[in-house]
Amino acid sequence: MQDEAALAINKNERPTARRQRAWNPRLLILLIPPIIWLSIFLFAPYAVLFINSFWKVDFGSIVHEFTWGNYTKFFTNSLYYGTFLKTLKIAAWVTVFSILLSYPLAYFINFKIKKNKQLFYTLVIIPLWVSYLVRAYAWKIVLGQDGILNNVLLAVGLIDHPMEIFLYSQYAVVLALTHIYTPWVLMSIYTSLEHIPRDVLEASKDLGAGRFRTFFRVVLPLSLPGLIAGATFAFVLTMGDFLAPQLLGGTSSMMVSNVVYSLFGVANNWPLGSTIGILTLFVVLGILQLTHRLEHRTTSFEAGTRGR
Amino acid sequence: MNPIVELVQVEKRFGSETVVKGIDLAVRKGEFLTILGPSGCGKTTTLRMIAGFERPTGGEILLEGRNVVDVPPYKRDVNTVFQSYALFPHMTVYDNIAYGLKMKGVPMAQRADRVKEVLRMVQLEPMAGRKPMQLSGGQQQRVAVARALINNPKVLLLDEPLGALDLKLRKQMQIELKHLQQRLGITFIYITHDQEEALTMSDRIAVMNQGRIEQVATPEEIYHYPQSKYVADFIGETNLLDVQIVSRTDSGIVLDYAGRKLVGKLGRNQTPTDKMTLSVRPERIRMAKEEEADWPFALPGKVEEVIFVGSFVRTIVRLTDGTQLHAMAPSQGKAAFTAGEQVWLGWEEADGIVIGA
Repeated sequence: MQDEAALAINKNERPTARRQRAWNPRLLILLIPPIIWLSIFLFAPYAVLFINSFWKVDFGSIVHEFTWGNYTKFFTNSLYYGTFLKTLKIAAWVTVFSILLSYPLAYFINFKIKKNKQLFYTLVIIPLWVSYLVRAYAWKIVLGQDGILNNVLLAVGLIDHPMEIFLYSQYAVVLALTHIYTPWVLMSIYTSLEHIPRDVLEASKDLGAGRFRTFFRVVLPLSLPGLIAGATFAFVLTMGDFLAPQLLGGTSSMMVSNVVYSLFGVANNWPLGSTIGILTLFVVLGILQLTHRLEHRTTSFEAGTRGR
Repeated sequence: MNPIVELVQVEKRFGSETVVKGIDLAVRKGEFLTILGPSGCGKTTTLRMIAGFERPTGGEILLEGRNVVDVPPYKRDVNTVFQSYALFPHMTVYDNIAYGLKMKGVPMAQRADRVKEVLRMVQLEPMAGRKPMQLSGGQQQRVAVARALINNPKVLLLDEPLGALDLKLRKQMQIELKHLQQRLGITFIYITHDQEEALTMSDRIAVMNQGRIEQVATPEEIYHYPQSKYVADFIGETNLLDVQIVSRTDSGIVLDYAGRKLVGKLGRNQTPTDKMTLSVRPERIRMAKEEEADWPFALPGKVEEVIFVGSFVRTIVRLTDGTQLHAMAPSQGKAAFTAGEQVWLGWEEADGIVIGA
């Protein structure tokens, strides 16, 4: 009974303590530098982008006249909304493959490896030390017409002439991006698996659940926050990627960033580029908001300290 | 009656280190047995082997006469209350408790009744919808017990379940657990390093030290008839003296302690050898200012300190050879002795237990 009373006090304490936290003038002064920093480097550029998206373009030069035209163009021209949907699709595939690759590996390193756990973890992380460009080019060497894959297949006799579809296709883009983002997803999942106390798994077995039921009822739910964070990472970073499609994708697998890149460059249509940039930004923000909520809802540890 | 759990020469090695060194233990059906020992003595490993989380490297573990060494934990009719409670953080109290039934495939309707019953038993009905994080330590502890009891295990294993609670709550939970065990009639194997807890709760205590069981007996027996120096020292408080046997009488033994005659009684299962240890409890030592004629013997000493501890007075006496003895006596109006005073110490034959050195 006594501890119930103690709990009741605790429960009341937290919200009141938060409500009473008054605005401290010194705190405000401390906040000024980061506010200025954020304004100059984050809010101002987005504001410029946002404003730009409403200007007109006349024969390659910007006319400062308000229009919804850029937005209508985006939603009516399949080149633009189609590319956007394709980007979402590629991002979704990259996310799915990254999870499929990294979850079992993270599980294995965390639960099955007893010695040299750190070594295995580091081995997985090492690709991150290699430049993105090098990794993307490496795939060119593997997938190219005179690449390793074609040569192996020719030698084995599975094909009689080099295949072109390996490179310059959506598959190549998905493959390379999966390779590039898998370590990130793995790190995130690994961390959440690491936080699961071993005796919770033992408790599950003790109560009659075998390995599989323990996994689906205890391990997976408890690792969801890490899984969601990793998936968000892979998805959002793929959304904004333009090097992989540029190097490995060919014209058919242009992604949003490539379109924006060409609108700001060759096409010299900054307003439309800004429009696509702003729309991408909102979609990404929406995804982040959604996953943040999901992550929060699935977080079981340190409840109360992490939540807002 | 056949034991419900029996350990036969159970041994556990981790690499080159032998943590449990071939122990034998028979647990009776319906008893509250405590495995008591200091940290690192192998008691938790022993419990984990009974639960099935560790596989013994030697010997057999019999559950109702059947060797379960190769049976995985989820197929043993044994449940565990973990030291850290190990509640599922993502499930409500209700789901935590229902977990065992769900895994056993008990239909939903029956499940609900049984969970309610158990919740009532541990007085947590209003907490059913909460997550473990929203409970106090004592409440979490009760959920852990309820969750482990839901499947009516043949044996409940408890690994220092009260270790994380504050003293007052711990005392209260000791009584609660003991009552619960008596009411349900389920065999409890309880692990603790707290000798007072062991004495309070157990039907029998197995004292473990360095991977071996030193003695298995009722709390009274353990306290009054320790079988080894270690047990005498670990349970309660005692004075230990190195003695030699002079002669044996009908009722006891005459001993030599640094040239002085003492009396005592041979402890149970002890073989007399040259060097023995005499254990005498502080509350069994009597003191006098003069050498009393009707005492069988008397040891001279000097009072070094008199400590008032409330209901008792502790007197520390230094013998002529420098050894300190502690004596406890109920406190009276004023202290009977003062520091620096010469005193004589003695005890009854039956209170000086002679055990192997």
